[in-house]
Amino acid sequence: MNRTSPISGELLRLKEEIHGYAIDYGLDFYEVIFEMCDYDTINILASLGGFPNRYPHWKFGMQYDQMYKGYAYGMQKIYEMVVNTRPCYAYLLKSNNFVDQKIVMAHVYGHADFFKNNAWFASTNRNMMDLMANHGTKIRRYMESYGVDKVESFIDKVLSLENLLDVDALFLDPRKKEDDEDDDEHNDDSDVRSKALQSFMRSKIGGKKKKKVVDEDDLSSKKAMIDLADPTKDIMMFLVENAPLEEWQADVLGALREEAYYYLPQRMTKIMNEGWASYWHSTIMTKHALKATEIIDFADHHSGVMAMSRKRLNPYKLGIELFRDIEYRWNTGKFGQDYQACDDMVEKEKWNKDLGLGKSKIFEIRKTHNDITFIDEFLTPEFCERQQIFTYKYNPSTRRNEIDSKEFEDIKAKLLSQLTNFGTPSIKVKSKNFGNRGEILLHHTHYGVDLDLAYAAETMKNIYALWGRPVNIITKMEDKEVTFIFNGKEFGQLNPA
Amino acid sequence: MGHPIKRDHSRFRKIVKGKIRSNLRKFISKGEMPAPKSDGTVKIPMPSIEIPRFKFGEQSQGGTGQGEGQPGDPVDGQQGEEPGQGEAGQGEGKKELEVELTIEELAGILGEELELPNIEPKGKKSIQSTTDRYTSIGVVGPDSLKHFKRSYKNALKRQISVGSYNPENPIIIPVKNDFRYRSAKSTVQYENAAVVIYMMDVSGSMGDEQKEIVRTESYWINLWLRTQYKDIEIRYIIHDATAKEVDEDTFFRTRESGGTLISSAYKLCRDIIVADYNPVEWNIYPFQFSDGDNWSTDDTKECLDILDSHLIPSSNIFCYGQVDSRYGSGQFYNDLIKKYGKDSEDLILSKIENKEAILDSIKDFLGKGK
Repeated sequence: MNRTSPISGELLRLKEEIHGYAIDYGLDFYEVIFEMCDYDTINILASLGGFPNRYPHWKFGMQYDQMYKGYAYGMQKIYEMVVNTRPCYAYLLKSNNFVDQKIVMAHVYGHADFFKNNAWFASTNRNMMDLMANHGTKIRRYMESYGVDKVESFIDKVLSLENLLDVDALFLDPRKKEDDEDDDEHNDDSDVRSKALQSFMRSKIGGKKKKKVVDEDDLSSKKAMIDLADPTKDIMMFLVENAPLEEWQADVLGALREEAYYYLPQRMTKIMNEGWASYWHSTIMTKHALKATEIIDFADHHSGVMAMSRKRLNPYKLGIELFRDIEYRWNTGKFGQDYQACDDMVEKEKWNKDLGLGKSKIFEIRKTHNDITFIDEFLTPEFCERQQIFTYKYNPSTRRNEIDSKEFEDIKAKLLSQLTNFGTPSIKVKSKNFGNRGEILLHHTHYGVDLDLAYAAETMKNIYALWGRPVNIITKMEDKEVTFIFNGKEFGQLNPA
Repeated sequence: MGHPIKRDHSRFRKIVKGKIRSNLRKFISKGEMPAPKSDGTVKIPMPSIEIPRFKFGEQSQGGTGQGEGQPGDPVDGQQGEEPGQGEAGQGEGKKELEVELTIEELAGILGEELELPNIEPKGKKSIQSTTDRYTSIGVVGPDSLKHFKRSYKNALKRQISVGSYNPENPIIIPVKNDFRYRSAKSTVQYENAAVVIYMMDVSGSMGDEQKEIVRTESYWINLWLRTQYKDIEIRYIIHDATAKEVDEDTFFRTRESGGTLISSAYKLCRDIIVADYNPVEWNIYPFQFSDGDNWSTDDTKECLDILDSHLIPSSNIFCYGQVDSRYGSGQFYNDLIKKYGKDSEDLILSKIENKEAILDSIKDFLGKGK
């Protein structure tokens, strides 16, 4: 299937040129392989999350439907597609002109550097191209054995839990760590069954130990019998290990979990990652690679990417501006105690200690931060004002969204709450034997925003389908703690009595 | 070239159309009908299926944005836009594109969405016409049709070949032989003419909601038929106990309170066809919209007679769309189905329960390609 081809000729020369600038600036990345493809191929790749070979599922078809419509009606066009693997694959659209290709290349080197250096990507399996393809083969095989509809329905249910991830697992999972240290070809990967399945088998064979400890703990203390010793947010793993699944189901669940965790760091660093890549395409282009004849095209393209919206912050824009702001502040010394303590506005404005620390500061940040800490640490009132950021909320009396506040504290709080737990509700499994009836008890840690109940009900139905026993969730509605239950037939509030 | 994703794609389309995996039906949002807006743009539907997940209730959530404005200013849309239209929290799930399209493109989308077949016009190719299209280049012609670029190129070629072209001073002087002119080719086209006759019950039982459905549906029917026929005429008949022909505006506005005799509309429709449209030359499309109430069984009998003797034989297809209303009995639909059955080639029945059903009903009507 030769849908993509290596770059050659002038493009290859341009690549060498851009590569040189990137290296000179100290960007550090795994080899990047650029491939050319037509728009249909890039739409396909984008629909598949960057990987040419994945498991069959209608959701990819849906994404493709939207992509190709968007392209056909001239509404959207994908310029850039980069996959976090080793080597990094990046796709260029054939029909783009050279200036666009140069922007994309510079942008891609930014991403590649971020993928390699940011701490949250440290445990990422860089061999994902093969792994995804293996998952595809495996699931196709299950579909042959058990029927397409059956396996697909099961996948639907699993996808419904796809956002119930534990960020800490990126660092804690020792099984992941092992094969990431060195790219040993002959480790577990040769076994097509996912690691999750192995752990599933382990839990079936000899994994009783942990459970026993809990059971024996103290029978008189009801609490101990009911609650898990360590409530987990990694609900997919919890189900692999504890739900009464058939072997193929556990295998599929494990495979999808692995894929979900692969994408997790990208979801946690969207602002930084895009900001960083944009910073570099802008820097490399405007300082070096741009020819005089290309300026208009560059400006047009760049401003399109940076477009601001009143309804949501553009991560490209927010990211690049924050990186630039940080660079400026650390170059001039506009940070730290002295600067904060200064209450002379004129002096503050003119503040310049010529520290020249900007570059090294942003390189350091791209290594150690994720979006939350990035915003938490570096968003300043001046920045928000300059960028005209505001918060909005729905006004029931006018039935529309209205600007709510332009105060720094409000903006920051809102942004952080949007980013908390990568923008999804934070939910833990608290008990797998709730009420001593083998029911699951989930706990939603409420940070001020209620759950959408209709969606919660449907999701709990799906968990029920995997768990086979009623599913409960503790949450807050309008500031009151409530427990809901899906008992297999209906969804409702659990009476405290 | 086939890529496995094409299989995912067709599977998705089948799920959206409700052919497989009907358990997903409640998660499908088809997107609104492609709807033309006043500023010339059109919303294109993006069907999607949303997998349920734990997520935040949207209205209480709000968000952050960037731009000018003070607290209290609206975020969505332009300022001064009609309040009360804010689609709060609808942003994420429903993906819609707003694009500028020509009517032809719009009809193309409709055709593609519904997989409508092209209509094969009936009867002989009745009207011949020649059209001139400027598609070729000639060496003679009037100055007004001179093709400058071609002429220039020829002059340039000639000068280079005789060596009189100087790149330092690139002056090109064309001579008579260099000039090229746009020239026309005549093509003969056979045209087919069509007439659409809308009939609607405007008695008291048809409410605004029902009329809105009829209006939307007729818009799309007209749009589609216009792409199929070069000339199209549209006539409107309203009726309660009596029928009269009206213009488009009146058609959608009138509301009477009287009883309902469907036969009155059929008679008028028949008269119009006899007077103005020879079925041999015209493709005739009568569309009737009603809530299914008719005054009496005698009248229904008369209706069926007129259908059999006149309307069906002279039409390409006769379409009956029944909109649900609180007051309508829907009996007429049953009467028709008893006589003609569900799969009749000549008389197509469709129930339009609500706005969402419009697309399906258009597909019912036009899906036969007649």
